[in-house]
Amino acid sequence: MNRLFILGTALVAPLAALFVTPALAQQPNKLLNASYDVARELFVAENEAFTKLNPGVTIDQSHAGTSKQARSIVEGLEADVVTFNQSTDVDFLAKNGFVSKDWTKAFPNNASPFYSFPSFLVRAGNPKNIKDWADLARDDVHAVFPNPKTSGNARYTYLAAYAWAKEAYKDDEEKIEAYITKIFDNVPVFDTGGRAATTTFVERETGDVLITFEAETRGIAKQYGADKVQAVTPSVSLLAEFPVAVVDKVAKKHGTEALAKSYLDFLYSEEGQRIAAQFGHRANNEKVAAEFKGQFPEIRLVKVDDVFGGWQKIQSEHFASGGTLDKLYGSR
Amino acid sequence: MSTPATRRKPPRVGDQPLFRRLLIGIVLVLVAFLILAPLIIIGVEAFAKGWQVYRDTITHPDTRHAIMLTVLAALVAVPVNTAFGIAAAWAITKFDFRGKRFLLVVIEIPFSVSPIVAGVAYLFVYGLQGVFGPMLDEYGIKILFAIPGIILASMFVTAPFVARELIPLMQAQGRDLEEAATSLGASGWRTFFSVTLPNIKWALLYGVVLCNARVMGEFGAVSVVSGNIRGQTNTLPLHIELLYHDYQAAGAFASASILALIAVFTIIAKVALERQGAGRVHSPATRPSLVANTAEKTS
Repeated sequence: MNRLFILGTALVAPLAALFVTPALAQQPNKLLNASYDVARELFVAENEAFTKLNPGVTIDQSHAGTSKQARSIVEGLEADVVTFNQSTDVDFLAKNGFVSKDWTKAFPNNASPFYSFPSFLVRAGNPKNIKDWADLARDDVHAVFPNPKTSGNARYTYLAAYAWAKEAYKDDEEKIEAYITKIFDNVPVFDTGGRAATTTFVERETGDVLITFEAETRGIAKQYGADKVQAVTPSVSLLAEFPVAVVDKVAKKHGTEALAKSYLDFLYSEEGQRIAAQFGHRANNEKVAAEFKGQFPEIRLVKVDDVFGGWQKIQSEHFASGGTLDKLYGSR
Repeated sequence: MSTPATRRKPPRVGDQPLFRRLLIGIVLVLVAFLILAPLIIIGVEAFAKGWQVYRDTITHPDTRHAIMLTVLAALVAVPVNTAFGIAAAWAITKFDFRGKRFLLVVIEIPFSVSPIVAGVAYLFVYGLQGVFGPMLDEYGIKILFAIPGIILASMFVTAPFVARELIPLMQAQGRDLEEAATSLGASGWRTFFSVTLPNIKWALLYGVVLCNARVMGEFGAVSVVSGNIRGQTNTLPLHIELLYHDYQAAGAFASASILALIAVFTIIAKVALERQGAGRVHSPATRPSLVANTAEKTS
C-alpha cells in the first residue's frame, strides 16, 4: 500500500503543480510581441534598447509564420502587440475583433515602421550578369524562390515580377503571362518556404539567382560569406511592409495598452529605426535613411494598392484557386 | 567460423560468405549514410564557429530554458504514460471484457495520426474559439500556449509507446502466473508487483526509453500549441527551428547536439540497465525464488 501511495503522489504532484502556476497574475510592465519567423535577432536588439529606456519592463517574443501567429492569437495566445510581415494577417485579427478595424491609421506609414522588397541574391561576381527582372526570363538563368502556393515570401516575388512586367509590357496580359510562365519554367525546384529555398540556392548550389526580401539577403550574405553570394538590387520592386498593431483585446485584459503603444512608437523612433536598418530593413525616418544611404542602393518601389488595387483584389484574382497564379503555375 | 563444422545442414540462402558480406556491407553503408552521417554533421556544424559560439549558445538563457522545459515535459509525460501504458496493457492482456478491441484501436490512434493533426485538434478543443476554451478563459486557466498544453500534446503523441511494448509480451506470457498467484490468495496489487512487473520490466524499460525519446523530440503537435514564446514555451526542438530560421546554423546545431546527447545518454542508460538485468534474469536463482517468494509471503 505504501508503494501505491508513493507512486500516486509521484504522478499527481507534478500535474497539480502545473495547473497552479498559470494562475500567476500578468504584470502590466510585461509585453508579449508576436512576430514573424525570421525576426528573432532584430527584436533581440530592439527590445534591449527599449528596456534600457524603460527599466523594469520585459518584452517576451514569440516567433513563427505570421498566419500561424494570427491563428494562435485568435485561439488564445495572449500577445499584446503584433509585428508581422503580412498585412493580411493583421486584417485577420481585425476581422476577429482582436485589433481595431482602422489599425493601419493607428501608426504612421500605414502602421509599417520599416519596409523591404523582393530583391536578388546572385553568386559572387554575378557570373550570369543578372541586373533586373527582365534577366529572369533569359534561357540561361534559373531563378530560385519557394512555391508561391505555400510561401508568403514567394507571393511577393510573384507580385513584384508581375508588377514589373505590367509596366514593361504596358498591361499586355498575354506578354505578362508569357514572361511569368518563362520564369516559372526555369525554376529548378520549388521549396515550401524561404529558408528551404536559401538552402537550395546556397548549400546545394542550385540556380543562378535567389529572390527574397532585401532584408533577408543581408542575413544570408552574413551567414555564408561575401565570397559566395552578393546582393543585386533591381530597378523597381514591390513595397513589402512590416505592419504593427496593438492587440487591443489582450492589452485591455493585461492593462498594457499604454506600454504597448509606447513600444510600437519606439520602433518609429530614431533609435528603433537605426536598429532596423542595421538588420537590413529600410528605415522610414529620413535622418536614419540618410545615414544608411551607402548601404542601400536607390530603388523605385511600387505599392500593392496602386498596381493591383489592394490585397483583397489580389486574393480573388491571383491567389484564389483557379486564379492567375494557378493558371501560370499549373502550365509548367 | 570454420566452414566444415557448419556443413552438416544443407547450405541455406545467405550462407555463402560473399553473399553474407554483401548483405552486411549494404547494412553498414545504409547505417553510415542514414544515421551516422547526420549525427556527425550535427557535431561538426555545432562547433563550426568554434567552442566559444557553442558555449554561448548552450549557456544562453533561452537555450537553457528550452532544455529545462523539454526535461519538464518528459518528467510529467513519461510517468503518466507509463502508468497508463501498464494499466492498459494489463487490462487488455489479463482480462476479458467487452470493447477490448475498441480499446486497442483507441490506444493506437496517436500512432497513426500525424502529430500536427493532434495539435490542431487540441486547438479546437481548448482554443478560445474551441469547445472548452471560453470556459477555461473565464476561470483564468491557460492550457494552450502555456506549459500544460505542451505537456498534453506530448502526452497524446506518446500515449501508445509503453502499452505497445508491453501488450505483445504480456500476451505471450499468458495469465498462468497471475492466476496461480490469485489462487494462492495474493491481492491484485500484490500479484502485479510481485508477479507481473518482474516479468515485464525490461520491455517496460524499453517502452519508457522510447517514450522519453519521443517526448523530448516531439515537434509537430507541440509546435501548434506552444505559441513559440522565447524563454517560456519554446521546447528544445522548437528552439532549434527558431535558430535555424534565423540563419544561426551554428546555434541551431549546438542546440541539436544537446538533444542528440540526451538521446545518446538515454540509450546508454538503457543498455547499462539491460546488462545489469540480463545477468540477473539468467542467473538460475532468480526465477524460482520469485515464485517461491510469492507463495511464501502469501501463505
